[in-house]
Amino acid sequence: MSAPSFTAEQTPRRTTHRAPAPRRGSRARRSPDKPRRSVLLTVLMGVTALYALMPLAWLVINATKTQKGLFGSFGLWFSGDFALWDNISQTLTYDDGIFVRWFLNTLLYVVAGAGGATFLAVLGGYGLAKFDFTGKRAVFAVVIGAVAVPATALAVPTFLMFSKMGLTNTPWAVIIPSLISPFGLYLMWVFAAEAVPTELLEAARMDGSGELRTFFRVALPLLGPGIVTVLLFTMVQTWNNYFLPLIMIKNPDWYPLTLGLNAWNEQASTAGGQPVFNLVITGSLLTIVPLVIAFLLLQRYWQSGLAAGSVKG
Amino acid sequence: MTAVTPITTGRRPPAGGSRGRRVRRGRRGQVGWVFVGPFMAVFALVFLAPIIYSLYLSFFRDQLVGGTSFVGLDNFQRAFEDEQFWAAVGRVALFLVVQVPVMLGLALLVALALDSGRIYGKSFFRIAVFLPYAVPAVVATLMWGFIYGTRFGLVGNFNDAFGVSLPDPLSPSLVLASIGNIVTWEFIGYNMLIFYSALRVVPKSLYEAAEIDGAGQWRIITAVKIPAIRGALVIATIFSVIGSFQLFNEPSILQKLAPNAITTYFTPNFYTYTLSFSGRQQNYAATVSLVMGVVTMIIAYAVQLRGMRKEA
Repeated sequence: MSAPSFTAEQTPRRTTHRAPAPRRGSRARRSPDKPRRSVLLTVLMGVTALYALMPLAWLVINATKTQKGLFGSFGLWFSGDFALWDNISQTLTYDDGIFVRWFLNTLLYVVAGAGGATFLAVLGGYGLAKFDFTGKRAVFAVVIGAVAVPATALAVPTFLMFSKMGLTNTPWAVIIPSLISPFGLYLMWVFAAEAVPTELLEAARMDGSGELRTFFRVALPLLGPGIVTVLLFTMVQTWNNYFLPLIMIKNPDWYPLTLGLNAWNEQASTAGGQPVFNLVITGSLLTIVPLVIAFLLLQRYWQSGLAAGSVKG
Repeated sequence: MTAVTPITTGRRPPAGGSRGRRVRRGRRGQVGWVFVGPFMAVFALVFLAPIIYSLYLSFFRDQLVGGTSFVGLDNFQRAFEDEQFWAAVGRVALFLVVQVPVMLGLALLVALALDSGRIYGKSFFRIAVFLPYAVPAVVATLMWGFIYGTRFGLVGNFNDAFGVSLPDPLSPSLVLASIGNIVTWEFIGYNMLIFYSALRVVPKSLYEAAEIDGAGQWRIITAVKIPAIRGALVIATIFSVIGSFQLFNEPSILQKLAPNAITTYFTPNFYTYTLSFSGRQQNYAATVSLVMGVVTMIIAYAVQLRGMRKEA
C-alpha cells in the first residue's frame, strides 16, 4: 500500500490553487520541531471527555438494572442482577410492542424526511452553483434569511395551516416540514461549486446530453461525499425531532421514538400511572445506539462536511 | 485505511472562497429553475406560507362567543404588555448571556487543545466530546433529569452516601442552570467541531511566521488563531442565539420531573405552545411567535454586524 503517494497525486488535481499539501503531510515534515505533548493538557481534555461520556455511561449501566435495582443501587455502578436482556425484551414487547412501532415510524420519518430533504438540497445546491437564472439572488437572500427564522416560531402557524388542510395526525405532517434544510442547501451549493468542474458539464452538453441527464450521469457521482454529509445531518435532525411531532401527532400509533419515550416517562411520573422507568432508560439507550454507530462509522464524512460549512460562513 | 484520508482533505474548500470565480452561465436561461424549483416550492409551503398565515391570524381574535373578528393591532399591543411573555423573554435572555459564552468558550478551548497537537489520544477525545450531539434532546433531558433526581439519581446517591444534602438541581432557583448544563452538554461537541474544522484550514505558515517573530503560544492563539476563525465564531454564536430563544424541549420534558420549578410560560416558545394547545388562543399564539421571531432575527443580525465589523 503506497497510501501517502496516493495523497500527493490525488489532492492537487482539483486543488492546485489552494494550500498545496494536506495538513497531515506538513505535520509529518515538521516532525523535528513537532509540538511537545503535554500531560496537563491531556488531563484537562480527559475531564471534558469524562463530562461528555459520564451521562452515557450512566445510561448504559442503568439499562442493566431492574426497576427495583434502579432505586436501590449506586447510579454509576451495576446492581446485583444483570437485567439488560430482560429489559430489552420488555421494552420491545411492552404494550403490544408499541416501541417497535415507534421505531418503524421514526425510520419512515427519517427515510422520507431526511432522504427527501437531501434530494431537494442536492438538486437546489447544484442549480445555484452551476446556473445563472432570473431570481437567483432573491432565492439566495430568502433562503439565507430563513436560516435566522427560529423553526419553532413557524411551528404553531404550520400546525394551524396543516390542520386546515387535514394533514395533522398523519405522517405527512412530520415529513413535509422535514423536507427543507436551508443548511443542507447551503452546504450542497458550496460543495457543488467545488466538486463539479464546469468544463465537464460543457463537454457533456457538447455531446448533446440534456440538462437532467448531465446532472444524473455526470454531476451526481462527483457529489457523493457532500450528499452523505447532508444526509447524515438531516438524518440526525429528523431522528431527534421532538417539537414538530409533538404538536402535529396526537395518535400514539404515529409517534416517533422521542415522543414515545417522553410518553412513558410521563406515565411513570404521574401518580397512579404504572412506573416503567427501566423501560424509559432501556428505550433511551436503544434510541441512541443506531445514531452513535452511524456517527462512528461515517466519521470522515461529517467532519469534512462541517469543515466546508463553517469556513464559508 | 490510509487511502481514505486524502478524500477528506481534498474536500477542504478554498480559504479565499469561491465567490471570486463566480459562475457565468448566462446563456443557460431558466434551466436553473428546474433544479432550484422543487426546493423553493416546498420552501414556500413550509416557510413562507406559515409566516404569511400567522401574520394574517395575528389581526384577528377568535372567541367562543361572537366567533372570529378583526381586531387590528390589539394582539400586538397585548403581547407588548404581557408580563408572562416578557418574563419568559428575560429568562431566555439571561440563559443566552450566561450559557452561550460558557458553552462556546469551552468548545473553543477544546478545539484549540485538539488543534495544538499537544495532547495524547487526539482522535479519541474528538469523537468523545462530539458524541453527545448524536443524542436526541429528549434522551439527553431524560438522562440528566434522572441524574439530577433525588430518587435514583446521582445527586440522591451522593446525598445518601455522604449524609449531606446538596441543593436540588431541580429546585426553582437552580433549574435554569440545570437546563443550561444539559444544553451545554448537548452542543459543546458540535461547536467544538465547527471551530476545530475552521482552525485546521488556517495556513500553517501564519503560525510559523508568528513563532519566528518570537510570539508565545498564547499570543499566537489570541493574535493569529482566533482572528482567523472569526467567521466560524460568528456563525456558532448566531446558531446559539437562535437556539437559546427557541428553548423548549429541555424545559418541557423536565417539567414532568420538576413541576413546581418550571411554569408553562417558562420560555417564550413554551408559552406559545401552552397558549395554542392548552389555552386555545391560537391567534394570540401566532402573534407571540411573530414577535419572538422578529426579536430573534434582530439579535442574530446584531451579532452578525458586530462580528463582521471587527473583521473589517
